Amino acid sequence: MAISLDEVRHVARLARLDLDETEVLALQGELNALLGHFADIQGVDTSDLPPVSHAMSLTNVWSDDRVGVVLQRADALRNAPVSRAGLFVVPTIIED
Amino acid sequence: MITALTASRLAEGLRRREWSARELAQAHLDRITTQDPLLGAYLTVDPDETMRWADAAQAMLDSGTGGPLCGVPVALKDNIVTEGVRTTCASRILENHVPVYDATVTSKLKEQGLVLLGKTNLDEFAMGTSTENSAFQITRNPWDTERSPGGSSGGSAAAVAGELAPLALGSDTGGSIRQPASLCGIVGFKPTYGRCSRYGLVAFGSSLDQIGPFGRTVEDAALLASAITGHDPMDSTSLQVPPIRLDDLKTGSLKGVRIGVLTETMGDSADAGVRSCVAEAVDVLRREGADVRDISIPSIAYGVTTYYIIAPAEASSNLARFDGVRYGLREEGKGHIGMMERTRAVGFGHEVKARIMIGTYALSAGYYDAYYLRAQQVRALMKRDLEQAFQELDVILSPTSPIPAFRIGELSADPLALKLLDVCTIPANMAGCPALSLNCGFTQGLPVGLHLMAPAMADEKLLQIAFAVESALPNATGRPPMP
Repeated sequence: MAISLDEVRHVARLARLDLDETEVLALQGELNALLGHFADIQGVDTSDLPPVSHAMSLTNVWSDDRVGVVLQRADALRNAPVSRAGLFVVPTIIED
Repeated sequence: MITALTASRLAEGLRRREWSARELAQAHLDRITTQDPLLGAYLTVDPDETMRWADAAQAMLDSGTGGPLCGVPVALKDNIVTEGVRTTCASRILENHVPVYDATVTSKLKEQGLVLLGKTNLDEFAMGTSTENSAFQITRNPWDTERSPGGSSGGSAAAVAGELAPLALGSDTGGSIRQPASLCGIVGFKPTYGRCSRYGLVAFGSSLDQIGPFGRTVEDAALLASAITGHDPMDSTSLQVPPIRLDDLKTGSLKGVRIGVLTETMGDSADAGVRSCVAEAVDVLRREGADVRDISIPSIAYGVTTYYIIAPAEASSNLARFDGVRYGLREEGKGHIGMMERTRAVGFGHEVKARIMIGTYALSAGYYDAYYLRAQQVRALMKRDLEQAFQELDVILSPTSPIPAFRIGELSADPLALKLLDVCTIPANMAGCPALSLNCGFTQGLPVGLHLMAPAMADEKLLQIAFAVESALPNATGRPPMP
């Protein structure tokens, strides 16, 4: 399955990456090389095996419902690129 | 020179008051000042911060508290967060990031009195095999500064090999501790998935990532492994088991140890010098009484594909948090989406973008079944095959890397060739197994790593066998030709 330039641009939009055309071309080549290599697992017989998402299976890990030490607001905001009045500032999302 | 001593010897000297924590820290800081311009192992060194840690350690030593490594200096890969000390992941997007909390491993080191020397270089977000993908600098191999130290924990490996730190922590998603340990001629250990908390390790591939130690001996790496492991409620994948125990580390022998030599990794695809080095080591182990046999696990061959689907898929999700809002770089753009797109375009380097792209593609509608789901099924197959092999084996042996340290720039034009180097180390991440690399000799003056993998939860047994292997190969290591 070869990936087209339009597909590269579409995936970049999904991934929120503003790629320039040089990068789009370079990534098309790299992705196609990888996808070519990926063909090796398409024919493998795994019919009797369910997919695994983790190496060590754990189920139902609960934490105690207890008040503990939490990050203070000033600390949480310390690395914010833009903050005001104790809040993260984001660009306008809904226009008037 | 004191910087050439092992961590266990340094710890003993601290308890006997042969030297102080400050003296040790200063000796290492001095060596970093003179030697790191050659290696580029460190991204951040803050002598004042180091001395604060040293003073805290000395207070513990004086009062008889602290852990077995109290007062010993350690370097941390710069994707492990340290409160008040810049943590960049070698990325422009976090260039000025100063974490407001400590990773669990960082807290454990503090509690036990280890002394932070600095933060080490890596491939950006740990994505790479050469430490050439750092946004800030390349790191060089102490054995030959024209060559790569491997990666992604290349800064930590080069620092320990070059005697710029007696110990270091790295992270291993597909071999990022073991491969640089191999290329730099030291010991690198990835514990069983879940034995070491990932809290505060900047996430790459969450189902594969594990923090682990570098040392110049198996004992040093084991001591540091013991210091950082144990259950942590802050990591929901952390196992409910105690820290790695070292009681039996030195009591084992190779007699009757069942070793499977993985034939898939000993063929023509591996460098002839590497193969002969590993084969000679295997002969020694056999003479020492080990029960050595060849073993074939054909599904190992699918590891690289499986890894380069699963790890980027997880990374594409994990790295969505870098959106220009809560921390890190922000670049203005058209509206909120334009802001995110510009921030990520400017902040991430090429390899990171490539992996986000492949992961997003593999997870996208229409391709999910063919790639991500398929890779998870093959992962199940590899896991089952390894578990079956371990029913009759204590460890699986292979080279750690098919080739010794390569020249800087030699493989960077061919991203796929670099990725194929992970073939020996990936299976342990897929199955969650503990695995370790230790030096077994040299080819053309370059170190060759021997890779040992054990069943999940057999960390103690693996370290015991590795200690016996190291003892059986007394001339297999050396010191790099550095001033």
